[in-house]
Amino acid sequence: MSETETSHDDKSCVPADSPTLDNSSSCTQMEHVSLAPLSRVAICGGTHGNEMTGVYIVKEMQRKKVKAAGSLYVTPVLTNPRAVEVCRRYTDKDLNRCFTDALLSSPVTDSAPYELRRAQELNAQLGPKGGKEAVDLLVDLHNTTANMGLCLIFYSLDWLTLHLLKYMQNKISSVPVRAIQLDIPLSDAYSLEVVGKHGFAIEVGPQPHGVLRADIFNVAKKAVDLTLEFIQEFNAGRTFEGGEVEAFTLVKSIDYPRDSSGEITAAIHPELQDNDFQLLRSGDPLFLSFSGETVIHEGEDLYPFFINECAYYEKKVAFQLARKTTYSFPSVSVEKD
Amino acid sequence: MGQSEPRSVSGMSLHGSTARLSEARRVAIFGGTHGNEMSGVALVNLWIKNGADIQRRGADIKPFITNPKAVEKCVRYVDTDLNRAFTHENLSASGGDEFPYEVRRAQEINRMFGPKGSPEAYDVIFDLHNTTSNMGCTLILESSKDHFNLQMMNYIKKAISPASCLVLLNEHPLLKYSTSRSVAKHPVGLEVGPQPQGVLRSNIFEAMRVILKHALDFIELFNEGMEFPPCTVEVFRVSERIDYPRDANGNIIAMVHPNLQDCDWEPLNPGDPMFQTFDGKTIPYQGSCTVYPTFINEAAYYEKQQAFMTTRRETLAASGIRKA
Repeated sequence: MSETETSHDDKSCVPADSPTLDNSSSCTQMEHVSLAPLSRVAICGGTHGNEMTGVYIVKEMQRKKVKAAGSLYVTPVLTNPRAVEVCRRYTDKDLNRCFTDALLSSPVTDSAPYELRRAQELNAQLGPKGGKEAVDLLVDLHNTTANMGLCLIFYSLDWLTLHLLKYMQNKISSVPVRAIQLDIPLSDAYSLEVVGKHGFAIEVGPQPHGVLRADIFNVAKKAVDLTLEFIQEFNAGRTFEGGEVEAFTLVKSIDYPRDSSGEITAAIHPELQDNDFQLLRSGDPLFLSFSGETVIHEGEDLYPFFINECAYYEKKVAFQLARKTTYSFPSVSVEKD
Repeated sequence: MGQSEPRSVSGMSLHGSTARLSEARRVAIFGGTHGNEMSGVALVNLWIKNGADIQRRGADIKPFITNPKAVEKCVRYVDTDLNRAFTHENLSASGGDEFPYEVRRAQEINRMFGPKGSPEAYDVIFDLHNTTSNMGCTLILESSKDHFNLQMMNYIKKAISPASCLVLLNEHPLLKYSTSRSVAKHPVGLEVGPQPQGVLRSNIFEAMRVILKHALDFIELFNEGMEFPPCTVEVFRVSERIDYPRDANGNIIAMVHPNLQDCDWEPLNPGDPMFQTFDGKTIPYQGSCTVYPTFINEAAYYEKQQAFMTTRRETLAASGIRKA
């Protein structure tokens, strides 16, 4: 595996509307970038044991003993087997919140929550996070009960992930393909994909937890196949043209209205339900209480997503809100020796 | 259904074509029989706090959470499925703490609302459920001879028209199961979907609320002496349970086909796509005639070895009814 790292690998991309940048010239003037080839990819599923698409994609890859795609080493990993066994999100603790620097380095005994120990195991197997031995790319498969189509979720939008997003948008037409960026420093980044040198989650919905839908499976599988295809073409020397792409950056989360004992008193309003990524303006309805009152959105126009995600009730999140940003990215190709 | 001589059939007396039935005074509304089916949990909790909307003249209507431990954890059940636990064996067993939670709970519910099969049992119990299947509003009937329930279902269907509410009849000797509502003389299942487990959708909540409003209106009208003339009710009678294709180790090897997914109640003909393997191959339905599938891809039924159920369409005749 090539150990060469160019200075561009870890650089966060520059938003086209950043105040220090001249919008009109940025996207066509960016210099071509050369990146190191990728040789090891991990395809992960079952991080939440009841999100069935990833569970079955990984199980199928394991059944077929998939180890490679062309010259790429591919490792399918069932990340939370205990949760998969009982078809629950987690057994003790949400595995996908265990990958902060602090939790990965905390001392764990046998009595520690299962998922904390498992996270450290996965970090040793596929990482370590931030280290030279980490897999080149970690893709983590998830489902949501929200109507989000296909989303790639990243912490840092590096050139590779922006190109992959564009590649997928061009080749998948059955569902919208979008990107969500979490603007969190790497040390505090908590989900599995940060373990790889490059990483992102593929989130596909809507699908109830515990259910395996063929249409959702088919589009997620296509996304995985396209990822591996892209990397092989990249490694083989193809140049991918630069361009622009939109991404949604998380701003904040909104909880349900609750009474004094903490019980939910309203449901997501029918006009908001299933309308992930449709712009929410001041005055638009958010919640419909059980007694028939409407709660409306006030303030900045923002884009809602993860609307009515089952697993977020306990995290006190009814939906999340994002700003939309346009990112420019340069043409890329693999470094020549 | 007209009879020229009066005769008596287990508590029901027939004069002409109108059956005289005793009043439906004791009514219960069960929510949380499955702790992660949220519409029923939310509605029952709402009515426990403020029961104004469910008051009706001539009836005592009790909202009740049947499986509070499962509701607390937002799971279907803690030890065993409460909605399969009301077997004669479980209800008559003596002993205590060593029984699964839901078996003890079933015994308690049987004491409070039964005993099942006795004259003291509640008159009507509505059991509120959600499904991940695209079944819309479905009323579940356990006996084709329950004229009271048939008339109620006919009333509800007409009241919500043009919106639709279908009737599923599960009288199959092998496939029928011992539900929590079966404790009552007239058990009514209410199944609304699609809704993921653990999720509360406003439209689903409202649909269930409206159906119950009409059901309680019917009970009030009946108790006030209104006569309901003979009618017919279209039902879908449970026929078969179809499992996923599995390998020798019991692992699922195919998914409900995209053409069948979400097509509850639509005709499935021999040769139509039924399952799709992970590699994209289609497995067709190979029954001998057209059936009407339901409970297609219900999350809770993977462990019960069921991908969907087939039903046959039938028209049942209900005799006229009136309070005795």
